[in-house]
Amino acid sequence: MATMVQAIRMALHHGEKNLGVTDIFGEDVGAPLGGAFTATQGLETAWNSPLDERGIISTAIGLGLAGDRCVAEIQFCDYIFNTVDLLKIAGNMLWTSNGQYNMPIVVMTPVGAGIRGSVYHSHSFDSWATRLPGWKVVMPSTPLDAYGLMVSAIKDPNPVLFLKPKALLRVRGEELIPGEPDEKTLKSMIDAPIGDRSKWKARWPDLGEFEIPIGQGKIVREGVDITVVSYGRTLPLCVKAAAELAEQGRSVEVIDLRSMYPYDWAMIRDSVRKTGRVLFVNEDTEVTNFGEHLAYRVTQELFYELQARPRVLAGKNLPGIGLHPNLEEASVPHLEDIKHELELVLAEVP
Amino acid sequence: MRQTQVAKAKANVKADAKAKLAAGSKPRAKIAVKTAKPTKERALTLLSKPQLVNMMDLMVKSRVLEERLIKIYKAGDAFFWIGGPGEEAFGVPLGLLVDKGQGPSHDYLHLHYRATPTLVAMGMSYIDSIRLIMNRATDPSTGGRNFANHYCYPQWNVVPVGSPIEVQYGMAIGTGISQRRLKMKKQKSGVSIVTGGDAGSAEGDFASCLIWSSRPEKELPLYITVQNNKWGISTPYSEQHGEKNVADRGKAFGIRTNVVNGNDPIETYFQIQGDLEYIKKNTRPVLTEFQVSRLYGHSSASGANRENGDDPIELFEKRLVDSKFVKPGFVKELWTAYDTESRQISDIVRAEAGPLSDTIWDHVYVDNENADWRKF
Ligand SMILES: Cc1ncc(C[n+]2csc(CCOP(=O)(O)OP(=O)(O)O)c2C)c(N)n1
Ligand SMILES: [Mg+2]
Repeated sequence: MATMVQAIRMALHHGEKNLGVTDIFGEDVGAPLGGAFTATQGLETAWNSPLDERGIISTAIGLGLAGDRCVAEIQFCDYIFNTVDLLKIAGNMLWTSNGQYNMPIVVMTPVGAGIRGSVYHSHSFDSWATRLPGWKVVMPSTPLDAYGLMVSAIKDPNPVLFLKPKALLRVRGEELIPGEPDEKTLKSMIDAPIGDRSKWKARWPDLGEFEIPIGQGKIVREGVDITVVSYGRTLPLCVKAAAELAEQGRSVEVIDLRSMYPYDWAMIRDSVRKTGRVLFVNEDTEVTNFGEHLAYRVTQELFYELQARPRVLAGKNLPGIGLHPNLEEASVPHLEDIKHELELVLAEVP
Repeated sequence: MRQTQVAKAKANVKADAKAKLAAGSKPRAKIAVKTAKPTKERALTLLSKPQLVNMMDLMVKSRVLEERLIKIYKAGDAFFWIGGPGEEAFGVPLGLLVDKGQGPSHDYLHLHYRATPTLVAMGMSYIDSIRLIMNRATDPSTGGRNFANHYCYPQWNVVPVGSPIEVQYGMAIGTGISQRRLKMKKQKSGVSIVTGGDAGSAEGDFASCLIWSSRPEKELPLYITVQNNKWGISTPYSEQHGEKNVADRGKAFGIRTNVVNGNDPIETYFQIQGDLEYIKKNTRPVLTEFQVSRLYGHSSASGANRENGDDPIELFEKRLVDSKFVKPGFVKELWTAYDTESRQISDIVRAEAGPLSDTIWDHVYVDNENADWRKF
């Protein structure tokens, strides 16, 4: 079974072979490294950019203006912040030009905590990203979704921000990508060897066309007592929490939102109507958090169907995430927090 | 009516030229001998009379438009004015020399907010610019969404002019990469031309442009230009920069650099022509600094009143008159005709409707895919 990073690599290969991708670029994205997390190893159109995030985003915009298709990488989302005005420009290009210039670019960047990355390799960007109108924003939690969302992102004529939960990049999925070979074979085909890579060339498996439409969530576990909505790194934690609560006779429905904008409101609405209780979980900082927007909407549209106040569990409102495990774990949601919050919402009596 | 006036002024010039031809006079050759400043006058003879007259005409046409835009602002018919009066001797030659068309096989224009002269020379009509400043629904650049001089013409590769200073220098890298790719495939390819101010070159995007365009074996066909008017709003050049010329910064990257008098349309014409030829031939960038005037201050925020400074139109008119390419009244006649035209067009545009409020959601995404979360 492919890891998420292999899935992304295969989707990018599909992009350059079949979807017209001309440039996959960013810091250390080309040979020999193929990306800080190896997402771009062996790709024909991958190249190394100067160490210049503003240059990377503005180059992507220029390529988009020229009608080329590119996937640009910001090595860690912690370093995307000095490009925010350029992201705004990419998001408003179509609108300001009154429909005359669209911006068909993909920007991908690893996000979140969970790899002991300390202050500057643990930031999140999902809440920031949802404040970039004109962009679509996605974040997978499985290799299969990563493949399907990347294919959709490349095909989309709008700018798409593809957030990679870095703690899940090496995790294998349970569902296979159609046409995916077994683990060992895949590794021998598409993982660059250690040492001299100058003569190495990837051999790409023949994968079928597989897409996950942007804007579609997924119910990963059905339940009737409470809904938990999450994405990215905290999603598998929510699934685990649901499984543990099931042992206590609690039935938790878990939604993997997958797309933050546009988001699958119909799925959230129908689920919350059924359960009457909802918890939103993500690891971006908690003040002005995207989960708050969803909780607000639930309150506005489903108020009289609720059995409990909607809650948001997010990262603490801190300037950074400390390196020591005690610090990191106290800063972002972990399994026990999620279980605890679920229990609080479940215990509330209307 | 307006057309007849402009046509009349031009017809007078033609008649004048014809009369001279009939009389067998060869003004160009004579001037070179007669004048006290032979080099300058020789410069004039490098272009044909129709070219010189056309250049003068476009410079006046652009200036009159800018002055009309200022009047529109001052009359309360626009919220803001910013533009390029004083940059005509740079902008008009640029507009005349551009390879105009759509896609990377033609030149891309990453312009700043003082580009009216370039657009006028490329063929933009008055009504387009006036609709933009009056933010009418008919505004072809932004549909009433953005400021004066924030042009957008995809059919000419004029990508949207934005307010954030200097970002265009980074975007030019991307179109330049696309053009280099065509060139490497031996297909017709254009140049990515970028314009901007002196103060703004302190932004990192300017450095990005120099660095990305000069990497060995990856050099880009970029025409990096700076219009140095010696000001960034109220801060003089000496407080913004330590380097003598902005263009000097290109030298560290092995980029060919030039500093030219941007108030002399002949000098800029041949500089731009030579630079574009070099870029196309070598697929390498050029950085040229044009020293220009800022004749109406920064923008309407600082009053948009006439200020001191060399006026490229007055200077050029004098040369053309001294050399007898045009009669003394030529520019005045043109001016009056264009002014009438601009006034009549403002009257038309004033009567046009603004964009409807429910169009705010249009073009957030391609094909007006729903962007309003209330409707997901
Ligand atoms: C990134 C950014 N910072 C500040 C401003 C506000 N601003 C608009 S024009 C300007 C001065 C620009 O000076 P210069 O680059 O010399 O161009 P000029 O206006 O003189 O042509 C400033 C500070 C802006 N538009 N964008
Ligand atoms: Mg200036």
